[in-house]
Amino acid sequence: MSKHKNLHDLEDQIRQCVKCGACQAHCPVFAEHKREPAVARGKIALAHALLDQDLPLDERFVADMSKCLLCGSCFDKCPNLVPTDEIVAAARREIAERRGLSNFAKVVGQVVKRPGLMKIGLKGAGAVSRLLFRKVPQSSGLRLRFPAPWIAPDRVLPEIPTQTFRDRHPQFIPGGEGRPTVAFFTGCMLNYMYPQLGDALLKCLKFLDISVYIPPDQGCCGLPSITAGDGRTVEELAERNLAAFSQGEPHTIITACASCNIGMGRHFASLGERQAEIGGRVRDALVVLEREGLARKLARLPKKEQRIKVAYHDPCHLRTQGITKEPRALLRALPGVEFVEMEGADRCCGLGGTYSVYHWETSKKIGDRKAPGIEKSGAELVATACPGCMMQLQDIITRAGLPQKVVHVLELVARDLPE
Amino acid sequence: MLEPRIFKILQEIVGSENVTAEDADRLCYSYDATQQKFLPDAVVFPADAEQIALVLKMANAEKIPVFPRGAGSGFSGGSLPVTGGIVLVTTRLDRILRIDTENLVAEVQPGVVTEQFQQAVEKLGLFYPPDPASLKFSTLGGNVAECAGGPRCVKYGVTKDYILGLQVVTPQGDIIKTGGETMKGVVGYDLTKLMCGSEGTLGIITRITIKLLPLPEAKKTMLVIFDSIDGAAQGVSAIIGGKIIPTTLEFMDAATLECVRQATGLQLPAAAKAVLIIEVDGDKELIERQAQQILQIVAPLGVVETRVAQTAAESEEIWKVRRSVSASLRKVNPDKFNEDICVPRSRVPDMIREVEAIATRHAIPIVNFGHAGDGNIHVNVMIDRKVPGQLEKAEKAIEEVFAAALKLGGTMSGEHGVGNTKSPYLPMELDPAAVTYMKAIKRALDPNHILNPGKIFLD
Ligand SMILES: Cc1cc2nc3c(=O)[nH]c(=O)nc-3n(C[C@H](O)[C@H](O)[C@H](O)COP(=O)(O)OP(=O)(O)OC[C@H]3O[C@@H](n4cnc5c(N)ncnc54)[C@H](O)[C@@H]3O)c2cc1C
Ligand code: SF4
Ligand code: SF4
Repeated sequence: MSKHKNLHDLEDQIRQCVKCGACQAHCPVFAEHKREPAVARGKIALAHALLDQDLPLDERFVADMSKCLLCGSCFDKCPNLVPTDEIVAAARREIAERRGLSNFAKVVGQVVKRPGLMKIGLKGAGAVSRLLFRKVPQSSGLRLRFPAPWIAPDRVLPEIPTQTFRDRHPQFIPGGEGRPTVAFFTGCMLNYMYPQLGDALLKCLKFLDISVYIPPDQGCCGLPSITAGDGRTVEELAERNLAAFSQGEPHTIITACASCNIGMGRHFASLGERQAEIGGRVRDALVVLEREGLARKLARLPKKEQRIKVAYHDPCHLRTQGITKEPRALLRALPGVEFVEMEGADRCCGLGGTYSVYHWETSKKIGDRKAPGIEKSGAELVATACPGCMMQLQDIITRAGLPQKVVHVLELVARDLPE
Repeated sequence: MLEPRIFKILQEIVGSENVTAEDADRLCYSYDATQQKFLPDAVVFPADAEQIALVLKMANAEKIPVFPRGAGSGFSGGSLPVTGGIVLVTTRLDRILRIDTENLVAEVQPGVVTEQFQQAVEKLGLFYPPDPASLKFSTLGGNVAECAGGPRCVKYGVTKDYILGLQVVTPQGDIIKTGGETMKGVVGYDLTKLMCGSEGTLGIITRITIKLLPLPEAKKTMLVIFDSIDGAAQGVSAIIGGKIIPTTLEFMDAATLECVRQATGLQLPAAAKAVLIIEVDGDKELIERQAQQILQIVAPLGVVETRVAQTAAESEEIWKVRRSVSASLRKVNPDKFNEDICVPRSRVPDMIREVEAIATRHAIPIVNFGHAGDGNIHVNVMIDRKVPGQLEKAEKAIEEVFAAALKLGGTMSGEHGVGNTKSPYLPMELDPAAVTYMKAIKRALDPNHILNPGKIFLD
């Protein structure tokens, strides 16, 4: 059984916070509010007070716990390794348990639990997307024509495909003899909204002669429900993924979405022993490609005359795991790319699951801090490694009136691979 | 509890969204890095000096204590509302007002975060040297109030050496200007220096005029491993005796190295008993020469190994070792009492020996590291609060550590200040007449004792 830790189980970690205040330097939400309840130290103090029954679980507590992107930046830099993101997630579950799920969390739960629903929705959406959305000038995105609940009216969304990634491809794609096999955890955004990223990944793996297994019964990584405090849904999804990835050889499991990587890695792994074993095998696709020597191979190709200037945005969910070099190494190696470092590459884009839903205005402010760096870099494309970040970045760029397009590193790599 | 009437006045002064008495907020402003807890009655976030002046005037009239607070990263409880009252947070005063590249002067508000200021001036080829380890989150106001220092202070001095002038709201609510923008100035008492290190007890700093330096062209970092703490200490004296003042001279003792080794898997030779991290900065050619000289000077002192960073990345690797210390100490014991005594440079080995004796006597681990170049040693008494009797042992050990430092001609605190954590020990260091003199200043400026009471002095 998949079982979450609750606030009580995390008491030791909560006590581990020494109140040094270092998280003030790293928390994107604190940078906007500049108030203690917004920073990791404050949230931990509040969670601690709830445990000790010094504070009630009231509206105020709910509001404070909602002000977290679960980006993990504080955890990454905390000298005492206090997992504030886990603590906030547990607090949100506690809230849901005692007060019931929010309507939004309920909808999220229904959607992520039933892939069929999402598919039908999207199939329809593909056809009617012209009707529902309007094209945003100078961007590869769409904007809602009509107000829809939980989607901010000024958010730019990607164009929606008619066929999902997993429907486009067989379950097993053989590579070369004696070459490794990987299992691919696609995640929802890639499967339903950005299937071309998966196509790009398959092309890269093929180039390296790596076999790919795409378990058909896999589900959502659960991160949306983690951020929404819906522990039960997360546990259900975990059971499905446990079954889907328990079969066959214990291959490396790759993701092409930074958030799925954390969801299937750290969060999934915390749910039990079997889950920890599977979660421990999860790797980001770019890391695997780099380790398999792709950057070296690409660097040997003759550089193209016309190269596109590309900057890179670090998704929090990779940066906080120390994955910053591999994507850059790949970009630098590409014959058709001139990689430029941009200021604030490691700043959070401000998406953060439910955060951007409940705090769209602050979420925008957090994201907008990226605009000057993007502009100054002189890049034509901003590459990243997370579909969620891609959506948010395109939004930021459009809002700032900038010309850049957002792509996944995988798309650029696939484009530059020799046929 | 604050009377509703008072709360209303505060709302009128700062606006209702900038004052709170909600329990969640009171809790979040009840602590600092000392992990003590004192609940305030209200928290205010003023926008400027005028609002602060009004708050203090009202507080005087009503005799309500006010506690200035920056980032709450203090290590001596300076910002804590020990008597209840109002916590006054400076985070909204967060603007760099100007950077004058011609006169090498800058003017800032107190809530600016130290590192953000440093980055802003460095972009213009200028340099603000004070570098407390908390620089990524501490405020410049807090730095001035505590006279913060850091590794670079060996060569460049501490915060007060860079403060030319201040705007201060006095405890009675007047707005005054101290010092100015000139490099010299001797008209009247030096109130600027009086405010530096006054721990928020003599006034609230609302504007800071800062002296800047040209940014050094380059720097070079070295890690030197010694087979004894004496070798490392002699190394420090020999380098400075050799007329080289490095930017930093950080040391770690054997106990510290063991922690780092365990926590990070850092590869160190078995004979390593102490490490110096030495950095020189300045002209490119000069620092190459200085680095060579330093290595020659320390060579006969039991050097086991040296690592000289050739690139910025290698230099970063060396500093990572130093920065990992704090977290790796947890391997020893969960709770840490971090004291920052300071002794004359040449007495560092004596001090380390004293500390080792104290640790053995009380049978609790004590780990030492810090700024060898200026004799500022971070003495970390490591205990587990949950084990009965350990807290008492730690308190006893700390008192003995202070006594040892004073005996060697040193001080109880090089950087962190007295606050409420060290006030019981104050009479150990200061003679009664000096304390009386200080208290007379405090009483004259703050007759109602409303500004940060309960700090520095016991009563
Ligand atoms: C991990 C860590 C490392 C540290 N390393 C160092 C170090 O290397 N060197 C060092 O010197 N210190 C260090 N410190 C201690 C601390 O960061 C410094 O004392 C810092 O200057 C405090 O700044 P702050 O903004 O957090 O002030 P706070 O903690 O909020 O306040 C500190 C004191 O300043 C007063 N104060 C704050 N703002 C004002 C103002 N505008 N006017 C008047 N009084 C004011 C407060 O009343 C209080 O007495 C460290 C702390 C931590 C947690
Ligand atoms: S969460 Fe970590 S960084 Fe933040 S105050 Fe606690 S110990 Fe320090
Ligand atoms: S997870 Fe991110 S948003 Fe939440 S407290 Fe940590 S740094 Fe802040």
